[in-house]
Amino acid sequence: MSEPPDKPLVEFCDVSFSHASAAAPIISHLSFSVAPGETLVLLGESGCGKTTTLKLINCLLMPDAGEVCIEGKSTKAWDPIRLRRRTGYVIQEGGLFPHFTVAKNVALVPALEGWEPARIRNRVDELLSLVGLEPRDFADRYPAELSGGQRQRIGVARALAADPPLLLLDEPFGALDPLTRASLQREFAELSKRLKKTAVFVTHDVREALLLGSRIGLMHAGKLLLLETPENFLKSKNEKAMAYLETLRVSAGSVQEEAP
Amino acid sequence: MSFFNFLKQNWPELFTLLRQHLWLVLISTFVAVAIGIPTGILLTRRKSLRGPVLGIANIMQTIPSLALFGFLIPLPFIGGIGARTAIVALVVYALLPIIRNTVTGIVGVDPNVREAAVAMGMTGRQILWQVELPLAMPVIITGVRVAMVIAIGVATIAAAVGAGGLGVYIFRGLRQYDNNLLLAGAVPAALMALTADFGLGLLEHHFSLAKRRKGRTRSQAKVIALVAVAVIASAVIFGSYFSGRRNLNSASGPANSARVVVGSKDFTESAILAEIVAQMLEARGVTVERKYELGGNLPHDAMLAGRLDLYPEYTGTSYTAILHHQPITDPRAVYEQVKAEYAQKFGVAVSDPLGFENSFAILIRGAEARKLKLKTISDAIPYASNWRAGFGQDFMSRADGYSGFSKAYGLKFADQPREMDLSLTYIALASGKVDLIAGNSTEGRIAALDLFQLEDDRHYFPPYEAVYLIRQDTLARVAQLRDVLTKLAHAISTEEMRQLNYEVDANKRNQAEVVREWLKKKGFTVT
Repeated sequence: MSEPPDKPLVEFCDVSFSHASAAAPIISHLSFSVAPGETLVLLGESGCGKTTTLKLINCLLMPDAGEVCIEGKSTKAWDPIRLRRRTGYVIQEGGLFPHFTVAKNVALVPALEGWEPARIRNRVDELLSLVGLEPRDFADRYPAELSGGQRQRIGVARALAADPPLLLLDEPFGALDPLTRASLQREFAELSKRLKKTAVFVTHDVREALLLGSRIGLMHAGKLLLLETPENFLKSKNEKAMAYLETLRVSAGSVQEEAP
Repeated sequence: MSFFNFLKQNWPELFTLLRQHLWLVLISTFVAVAIGIPTGILLTRRKSLRGPVLGIANIMQTIPSLALFGFLIPLPFIGGIGARTAIVALVVYALLPIIRNTVTGIVGVDPNVREAAVAMGMTGRQILWQVELPLAMPVIITGVRVAMVIAIGVATIAAAVGAGGLGVYIFRGLRQYDNNLLLAGAVPAALMALTADFGLGLLEHHFSLAKRRKGRTRSQAKVIALVAVAVIASAVIFGSYFSGRRNLNSASGPANSARVVVGSKDFTESAILAEIVAQMLEARGVTVERKYELGGNLPHDAMLAGRLDLYPEYTGTSYTAILHHQPITDPRAVYEQVKAEYAQKFGVAVSDPLGFENSFAILIRGAEARKLKLKTISDAIPYASNWRAGFGQDFMSRADGYSGFSKAYGLKFADQPREMDLSLTYIALASGKVDLIAGNSTEGRIAALDLFQLEDDRHYFPPYEAVYLIRQDTLARVAQLRDVLTKLAHAISTEEMRQLNYEVDANKRNQAEVVREWLKKKGFTVT
């Protein structure tokens, strides 16, 4: 496993977490770190514990054993409200507030932080442009008036609003059609490079992991099997990793076979 | 009298009742919202409380309203007679839909949205006010809408505990078989319910998400209109409230002046007897508060609870219904027994008999009595097997009513007696729909409809002598009472009582005016 180059922003030290209703732990003895500026993709099938890992970072869940440290400080020592406002969070379907306009949704954290109205307005315009939506057309609309892709862009803009050092993304593009997904993935890759954000990105799509991750963490049954750069992931001899890579080849082959 | 003429003559009273009704409904809905929404929010935070609290609210809503009113009367602080009791009862009924819809609305918020709110670093309070409540608002308002419509309906029954409102007209209309009164009570109540439903529907729409796709300007205009209506309505309400208070203050006079609360049961004769005492006391400088038309045994409960000082009663009713004795036929014995037991058990004094009895009167058509030469109930036994009888619910259900009566005389009718509203039986008899009824001996229409009272020759019916019941401490406190009660002893004959009833029930005259005339005629006005 390669070592992160810088002092880690997120660090898991032997973290375990179990749910009262389940016998087996959801996460057991998880250790890894995320360096500033990198995008760590957690790849795995549903139920492998990748979303739980994400929620342990912003205090939505607390570890049963071990420690999760953000900027060198344990999540148990953080004020959860402070930590969450310094952490952008994007989920599937956006989780936008249906009763807020686009502008109000994007302005949520700055408003909670008590920014000046003028500063909030400028920031909203800036962010909407950043995610490719014309502020004049979109600021006053409600989420129900947007397409799935547009909603997801607003979700990203909302997460970036207070300029948090860390972004958490939980299958943000999972519910989109393939074309929209591809274009959003491309834009997000550019954006995260340009903004130099640290991000933890959860997905079950190996294509997405290879495209976006500076490193890929392969999870299975609550354990981290592999933590590698995309280049090394492609060369990996790990059984699970090879199975994932196989899906890329098989699907490509079958398409060719079906073609006349 | 046409309905419109009726409205033209009575609109000030109608307007007062309407205001009272609206006031009851708005206050109780407001209180129910103030209790119900926080309770609902609490139940979303404490899941274990949800079952028990909703269960209790559910049970409270199944209590029959008259029973609830009766239950509330003796309670301190929240009970008594008048608007306060009615508001408490209305709140009890309005709570369930508000609590339930608050819980449903908040629990129904998309979990994705709630998770996003938490993850964005919103505090619990911010999530409640900025996310959960706004998103639950349409559902909560639906609950308020249901609660308000229920309150408008139940408030009509509030008249039975002296809280006023449109129910006064409805009860009076039922009693006097007067469609104008019924309509004047029921139509405004129905319109009020429709208006509330429509108004809150608009408000609900304003908060609904579906609206957010449409243009905003039109709904803003609607909301402004709605707010304007609400402001005007509350201005009217508060105006009436404060002017009401002013009247109350001016009426209360000097602090040491005597003050008596006079009550009555919910039928004309009782109200007339109460009004007689009230006017005579007022002529002697006593301040009188009137709590008329109280349903069932509410006057008794209210008097024991210290909310009433005095009300007219019948010795037979006290003897059987309150003291639970088996009926006996000696008027003197009944009177003495009631007097002794009331003094000892309740601290309540019984006045001298007023001079007439209101017992069950077995009535047949006058023409029939003359043709068959019938005088007594025994005379009628041979004919009864060809007759149909019609009785009020009261006579059918009580022990000394139909079952005892038919056994005592060995009466058999052609059919099972028809059970109907008492006031309808007189008309049913006069028009030949039935051939024998059990009316009240002082009913004003007996003479007017040419009905004949058969004599109770076996002395089956217990004596129902009219008396006043007075709290002993009131008697000690208000010196003028003794004088008034002495004057009224044996002062009202059966014929006079029938005449008074007839003036109010059949001629639809104002009862205060009828009483004033009678007092003048009797020379009771001057002190």
